[in-house]
Amino acid sequence: MPLNDDVIFEIAHHYRFQWEPAQEAHVLLYPEGMVKLPGSSGEILKRVNGTASVGEIVADLERAFPGYDLRGDVIEFLETAHGKGWIRAKQA
Amino acid sequence: MEKVGSEQSKPNLPLWLLAEVSYKCPLHCVYCYNPVEYATYGQELSTGDWLRVLRQGRELGASQLGFSGGEPLMRPDLEILIAEARKLGYYSNLITSGVGLDEKRIAAFKAGGLDHIQVSFQDSTREINDFLSSARTFDLKQKVARLVKKYDYPMVLNVVLHRLNIDHVAQILQMAEQLEAEYVELANTQYYGWAYLNRDRILPSREQLLRAEEMTNEFRARAGNRMKIYFVVPDLYETRPKPCMSGWGSLFLAVTADGVALPCHSARMLPGLTFPSVRDHDIRWIWHESPAFNAYRGDAWMKEPCRSCTEKAKDYGGCRCQAYLMTGDAANADPVCDKSPFHGFVTDAVERARGVREGAAPEPVLYFRDDENSLSLSGGTKQPSA
Repeated sequence: MPLNDDVIFEIAHHYRFQWEPAQEAHVLLYPEGMVKLPGSSGEILKRVNGTASVGEIVADLERAFPGYDLRGDVIEFLETAHGKGWIRAKQA
Repeated sequence: MEKVGSEQSKPNLPLWLLAEVSYKCPLHCVYCYNPVEYATYGQELSTGDWLRVLRQGRELGASQLGFSGGEPLMRPDLEILIAEARKLGYYSNLITSGVGLDEKRIAAFKAGGLDHIQVSFQDSTREINDFLSSARTFDLKQKVARLVKKYDYPMVLNVVLHRLNIDHVAQILQMAEQLEAEYVELANTQYYGWAYLNRDRILPSREQLLRAEEMTNEFRARAGNRMKIYFVVPDLYETRPKPCMSGWGSLFLAVTADGVALPCHSARMLPGLTFPSVRDHDIRWIWHESPAFNAYRGDAWMKEPCRSCTEKAKDYGGCRCQAYLMTGDAANADPVCDKSPFHGFVTDAVERARGVREGAAPEPVLYFRDDENSLSLSGGTKQPSA
């Protein structure tokens, strides 16, 4: 399904998103494993907080990185992250 | 896990820190990988020692933390260590038999920020042959499973398979289903420590293995996605070695109950290496500088057939401990590899276990992991501390 701008995502249960100083990157930690999220992927997931909608995340990123059209990349990454089970849609 | 940038000469970070906080254990498993000599080792680290280890490990870049043992619940200060781990930013995993877990403790673990629990499934008695029918076992696991779920952890069961229980995989899975397990690891024994000592008695046959995999697949087909099942085969039936620890000193660091730092669970028995103690050195020096952690790092130490092998970057020559145990030299290729001139030792081991199983050879003694056996098997003397 294509992502609707109103969808609100949160980090999935049993995952933890944090900044790793030693990796100089954001990471997702889960039982016995870790995904490194360098650059833009970390910037996107940082904004997945259970309150911001997809539309708000796109707008916020475009404010933070002016001059870029980020919508396509953001949607694509969120769909990937959702497919991998890192994030889940909050029930309205 | 990713390599650190392009700095080829620099080793990776110890992303996985395993804290084997106690060698004490209420169980006596014949397949335990702990060192046979564990009862001769010195005093356990203090709470303060562990807090320092956790801090130093985290500073160096460790993000996954395992509390294991022995039985980690034997440490009354586990609550303190868990809370500190969360504060430091670890993702912490408790690896336990569940013996000694009650509501008061799990509530404190949750409040302190423990992220994950893995419950191993075996009997708390010595009656391994009928552990499946023991009501006591099931009651205990049911109690533990209820607590795990009540405190919002996924129910992860680990079952170590060996000759004496592998024929009951269907029953084991049924039991896991009754416990509403979400993940089940059917992990065949790895032959180190007590398991190595008992190998001729507990190594299953190829036929047993195949049957167990069949039963697992049938169960998967019936139960669908409710329960995720992983089946780990014993490497003695393979022809290529496992990429042990993703390479020596590559991402794993274990600290034993008495403070010895190791690049894998079993390395302590390797001769010629002095494994540093966290009582004498900090984790950064241990990881980067200590001779022991550099001994088999990279591939300069390799001999043939590994040295010129196209697969050396994939499996790192396999397991140093298995190479030592079976060939007498830790720098040899893991003899599981059929390119190794010593691969015959592996097939011999399989044959010897078959002989015992089929009654062609006398049954050797089955050693249960306990203090008495540990002391008598290691001459009862204290080893000099590392």
